[in-house]
Amino acid sequence: MSKAVMEHADAADVFNKDESYVDWHDETLWFVRTKRDKSSKLLPEWENLRETASQIKNYVLSHMDELLETFEKNAKANGIHVHWAADAAEHNEIVLGILKQHHVDRMIKSKSMLTEECHMNEFLTRNGIEVIDTDLGERIVQLRNEPPSHIVLPAIHLKKKDIGDLFHEHLGTDAGATDPQYLTEAARQHLRDKFLTRKAALTGVNFAVAETGGFVVCTNEGNADMGAHLADVHIACMGFEKLVPLQAHLGVFLRLLARSATGQPVTTYSSHFKKPREGQEMHLVIVDNGRSAQLGRADFRNSLKCIRCGACMNTCPVYRRSGGHSYHNAVAGPIGSILAPNLDMTKNADLPFASTLCGSCSNVCPVKIDIHDQLYKWRQVLVQGGHVPQAKEIGVKAMSMVLSQPRFYQWSGRLGRSVMRTLPFMVNNSLNPWFKQREMPEPPKESFRDWYVRNRE
Amino acid sequence: MDYSHLKIGLFIPCYVDQFYPQVGIATLELLEKLGCKVGFPLNQTCCGQPMANSGFEHLTKDCNSLFYDSFAAFDYVVAPSGSCVLHIKEHLKVENRESDSKILRKKVYELVEFITDVLKIDYIEAEFPHRVGLHQGCHGQRGLHLSQMSELNAAPFNKPETLLKKVNGLELVELDRKDECCGFGGTFCVSEEAVSVKMGKDRVSDHIRHHAEYITGSDMSCLLHLEGILKRKNSPVQVKHIAEILNSTVKKQIPVPNH
Repeated sequence: MSKAVMEHADAADVFNKDESYVDWHDETLWFVRTKRDKSSKLLPEWENLRETASQIKNYVLSHMDELLETFEKNAKANGIHVHWAADAAEHNEIVLGILKQHHVDRMIKSKSMLTEECHMNEFLTRNGIEVIDTDLGERIVQLRNEPPSHIVLPAIHLKKKDIGDLFHEHLGTDAGATDPQYLTEAARQHLRDKFLTRKAALTGVNFAVAETGGFVVCTNEGNADMGAHLADVHIACMGFEKLVPLQAHLGVFLRLLARSATGQPVTTYSSHFKKPREGQEMHLVIVDNGRSAQLGRADFRNSLKCIRCGACMNTCPVYRRSGGHSYHNAVAGPIGSILAPNLDMTKNADLPFASTLCGSCSNVCPVKIDIHDQLYKWRQVLVQGGHVPQAKEIGVKAMSMVLSQPRFYQWSGRLGRSVMRTLPFMVNNSLNPWFKQREMPEPPKESFRDWYVRNRE
Repeated sequence: MDYSHLKIGLFIPCYVDQFYPQVGIATLELLEKLGCKVGFPLNQTCCGQPMANSGFEHLTKDCNSLFYDSFAAFDYVVAPSGSCVLHIKEHLKVENRESDSKILRKKVYELVEFITDVLKIDYIEAEFPHRVGLHQGCHGQRGLHLSQMSELNAAPFNKPETLLKKVNGLELVELDRKDECCGFGGTFCVSEEAVSVKMGKDRVSDHIRHHAEYITGSDMSCLLHLEGILKRKNSPVQVKHIAEILNSTVKKQIPVPNH
């Protein structure tokens, strides 16, 4: 945690040192965006589905208290132990407590962005618990000792060769192997042993159904099922916004989730958990960790509608060219940039500025979060709170002063253009970030206004 | 058609005023050619977006007042920039004149949407015998809905393309990514220099790959950024604002003011 965090622009600068790698990363994610486009266009009712999902989630956000109580009551009636965690630390303690109670020191875990947000793996490791991630992408980044770079595709920043080298080092595969079939089989054998021997399994939650007290976990690898069905203790962790009111609503969300995420009609496994099987214990940890605060922010509350499909990342031209790690937050990309400042404004003040506000994110969002508008609004909040560098403030204030006074603006423009013409080195130098890789525009003698006055007045 | 009963205010955004006067001239001439009576208030400066998008919307009060005082009396306000227009439409607010500000917001139009939706013209006699790639500025497209967006499952339409397709000799090139952002993004272009440039390079490559001779668009800010990249590459491909193309028969050569 003490590692200095590089700001998005600096990390993006490093990422862009290898242009052919950036091209590959961009194309890879664009391919996923294209699959999403094709698959969403196969459904004539697509936009209607988005609107319906958005309205259901709006209902959830405005009835959160009631729905949570109903959900807890029904889950308890099903025999699930329900825990409430106010923040990440409490969440981690609860999980540790359950494991200690069962004298478990080795656990497997399927994908859960919430546990990434809570930095649970590091916490449990410090407390003597071994955690093995069973999602292939998650396992890959875990072996590399780095966080996932994408919420759905955790290892999307890596090439086949990187995986081959990693597996050679950790799993003993042949040196130089890059065949996906061969590497996947090695991971499969490696994980099989873990599934069979671990007594506790942790999963995330995609949807929690208030009506039934049950929950749904979506995976493409079946690893959540393998873990949960074999373990004596199943711990499921969820942010409280994962609720949907009715079982029938899953018919809307499951269709949207997979198509938005990868272009699949539905995830390979959509596993419905309702109660522990005989002899098993099932725990559910419901986490706040800043969500109540976000719910209280009128401009930002609907960011809690997010179903973590990752479509906004795949479409984001900035994400595709800066990589998930440049966002230094468990959730990267546009949605991460509107969630992260809520958690820590000082640390994440750079993220809402890592966008051109092109608006593509809001258009792909299956629950219609106005992501780009919220990015704009976060910028205002962060500036008002004094979270942007002073140099920037001085620059913008100067710009505002010029543009606020027509005569000063006209005079400055004339002066600026004349300097550019006669002393081009004043602007064409290394202090000007524009000039680093772009030419400045040709400065004309006359502004449009000058021309107008001369010709038309 | 005679639209001379309409009082039309010409809004020329600050960077167009200073660096691309020929775009302002083409816009003015085009509107006049279409029968409009156009006035250009001399005290205008900027829509305020450079401050606001940087998080300093509270510093745009004077720009808002200048804009209001310059344009409130017109029937319509027209500008050759989707981004500036969108900013005004979403954020213009003058203290103690809230409801009048709202009325003014609704009167502001980007040039292409003004021609298409207000004048209801879908054909302009113009000639531009070149291969042209259309860059769709995000704020014009996703904000003002100048064309359908590739993300949505909805019926296609494209206002700038409709106009361009009828220009004599103009051949529109197909792009691999027809509505990807160019990476200009206001102050983003310098605060996130690496990504901004990479996005611009990728846009430019798409046009070059499809043998465009010109890149056009209704937002000069995108074109300013793309031009900077093209020139650094010493590329023969040029940028031209859509107003210059649509105005290209009024005068074959658009006069560039004395350099």
